[in-house]
Amino acid sequence: MTTVDKAAKWARTRSMFPASFGLACCAIEMMATGVAHYDLARFGMEAFRASPRQADLMVVAGRVSQKMAPVLRQVYDQMPDPKWVISMGACASTGGMFNNYALVQGVDQVVPVDIYIPGCPPGPQSLMHGILTLHDKIMAGEIVN
Amino acid sequence: MADYLPIFVMFLLAGGFVAVSLGLSRLFSPHRPTPEKLEPYECGIIPEVEPSQRFPVKFYLVAMLFVVFDVEIIFLFAWASIWDSLGWYGVGAVLIFTFFVVETLMYVWKRGALDWNVHRRARYLRDELEEVA
Repeated sequence: MTTVDKAAKWARTRSMFPASFGLACCAIEMMATGVAHYDLARFGMEAFRASPRQADLMVVAGRVSQKMAPVLRQVYDQMPDPKWVISMGACASTGGMFNNYALVQGVDQVVPVDIYIPGCPPGPQSLMHGILTLHDKIMAGEIVN
Repeated sequence: MADYLPIFVMFLLAGGFVAVSLGLSRLFSPHRPTPEKLEPYECGIIPEVEPSQRFPVKFYLVAMLFVVFDVEIIFLFAWASIWDSLGWYGVGAVLIFTFFVVETLMYVWKRGALDWNVHRRARYLRDELEEVA
C-alpha cells in the first residue's frame, strides 16, 4: 500500500459527501446527526448533496417500497465512483417490522451495501458509529473501490 | 512588453491549475462509465422524452432588426470620424441615409414588431384583413 494510496484513501474518507436518500423516520435521525448537537460537520460531511452526481455516500434512511426500488437503483447508478452505501435502520437493512408485499425486504436486494446500521430508528450516535466504521474500513483497505 | 508580464504569469497559473486538477483526477479517480450512469439525472426516473429545444420566434425578429440597425450605426460612425472634411455635402448625404433607416424604424414600430405584447400585432393584422375584405 503506497503512500499515494494511503493519501487518496485519507482524502476520500475526510470529505465524503452524503447523498440525501431519507425516505422515512430514519431521515429525521439523519437530520439530527447533521445538525449542531451530533455534528457531522466535524467529519466534513454536513453538505448533503441533492444531486447524486456530486455525492460519494448514499445513506438509505428508511423504508424502501417496491415502487421506490427502481428509483433508488437509478440514483445509485448515477453516482460517480467511488461510492459507498450505508443502510440505515431496520427497514433498510431487512425490511424491519414491515414483513409484507409492499416493501423491499432489505435494500441490499437493490444496491450493494457496505455498512448496515441496526435500530428503529438508530440514534445519531449509531449512525455516526456506522459512518466512522465505514471510514475505518476504507482506510484499512477492506472496501476497495 | 514588460507591462504584460503579470497577465502572462496569470495565464500560466490558471492553465497550470486546470492541468493539475484534471490530471490528478485522471490519475486517481476510477473511470467506470455505464449506460445508466450516463443518463441525464431526473430524480431517479428513467427519462422518456428528450426536452424540447424551442424558443420564442420573437427573438428572430429582434435579431434581424438588430443587424439592420447595427449596420446603420457603423455607417454613422464612419461619417462621424471625418465629418469635418465632408462639410455640408456630407451632412446632407448622411441625413438622407438616416431618414431612410428611420422610416424603416417607424414602419417596424407601427407594425408592432417591437412589441413583446402580441396583441397590437394581432390587431394590426385583423385591421388589415378587414380592409381587404
